[in-house]
Amino acid sequence: MYGESACSLVKELDRNRGTLPPYNNELIGEVEKEICHLIQQNVADDFKAHEDSNVGAGLDYTATIRTRHAIIQRNLRCLLAYHYNRLRCLRTMRWEFGSILPPDIKVNLSHAESNWFSKYSSMLATYMRSIGDDGGVNLTIDLNPPKALYIEVKCLVDYGQYELSDGSLVLLKESNRYFLPRAECEDLIRQGVFQHIIN
Amino acid sequence: MSLCYSYTPNYFSIEDILVTQERIPSKFLVNVPKLGKLNPSAEENDIKQGTALDLPFWLADPLSFARHPLISIELPRVYKEAYREILKADATAVDLHKLGLYFYELGLYVKRLDPRREVEAILLHTFRSRFKELMDFADDVVCDPVKQNRLDMFERTLFQKAHFSRMQLKSWLNNSEMRLEAATMVINHKKRKRIDVDDLF
Repeated sequence: MYGESACSLVKELDRNRGTLPPYNNELIGEVEKEICHLIQQNVADDFKAHEDSNVGAGLDYTATIRTRHAIIQRNLRCLLAYHYNRLRCLRTMRWEFGSILPPDIKVNLSHAESNWFSKYSSMLATYMRSIGDDGGVNLTIDLNPPKALYIEVKCLVDYGQYELSDGSLVLLKESNRYFLPRAECEDLIRQGVFQHIIN
Repeated sequence: MSLCYSYTPNYFSIEDILVTQERIPSKFLVNVPKLGKLNPSAEENDIKQGTALDLPFWLADPLSFARHPLISIELPRVYKEAYREILKADATAVDLHKLGLYFYELGLYVKRLDPRREVEAILLHTFRSRFKELMDFADDVVCDPVKQNRLDMFERTLFQKAHFSRMQLKSWLNNSEMRLEAATMVINHKKRKRIDVDDLF
């Protein structure tokens, strides 16, 4: 059945909400082939219908061509939606994971997508640097209004050394607790390195 | 994943693409040469006039609404008189998920096939009577999977949103300090991570 592989592309995205499945080169190739095939057939039939009408009687191909055209448009829509929704997901990832993606997500990107990601990332960084007077504003932190300057956090992974903005070094070990300035750890909490502890 | 997606005619919406994949009964009004592939049960090369097929809505729609329609389509079974009567009697007792994954959204597409606008009325009636129960249900802390399975896809999104914000409100009322959370995608990514075999040994 026509349009089937295009739809399974979209279904694949639907099943994997919130993550990026591997870029499906194979299915995309199939859909592209189907589109090209349909266009070629349409051109051939159109040509033939012209010839036939010059001679006189002939089959009426209008219905066939219209049906094929509808299928082509559907396939195009699925392809575009697939790429567009992947980009949306990638954009959210920039805000949630930060500028460096985990390696197992990186392998799922196509070449064009990783290019887009680094471009978007640098554009966002340039913009954040340009706001305000000194050094810019980091828009990805302070998503909730702060209540206290220092917060207690528990480290969830062996992170290694971490340099605070005043230059002092902290060694972050798994399941240790730390009392740190809120602004310093907010990024690490969002990335899942720390867990915020409220008594 | 915002709700408004499917309500604007959004070309890129995943939901809308899946809704239009649903099949509706249609009948060919003209001969269509060379496209026998559309009819999986026949081996002929052409589709004859009068062939009845269940076509996906995305194909049936552009072919039937034009100056020279190629096919005629009719209302799917679940929007017909018999089912409308059931929904009218007590919409809350119906398992909408069984009637169709996208009951409301497909209904919005096919309502123009019913000149007496009864489909429109029944969609509204169904939603109104089920909405109260849906809201009650979203307020519960524990979700009952049996009840959840009876919702159609649209109701499910509504339910998830309502349940999530209810939980947020609850935690905010309990301790006024908002806990800083890891980003949702990060949490999900951690859950999905496969165990590296090398780490085990």
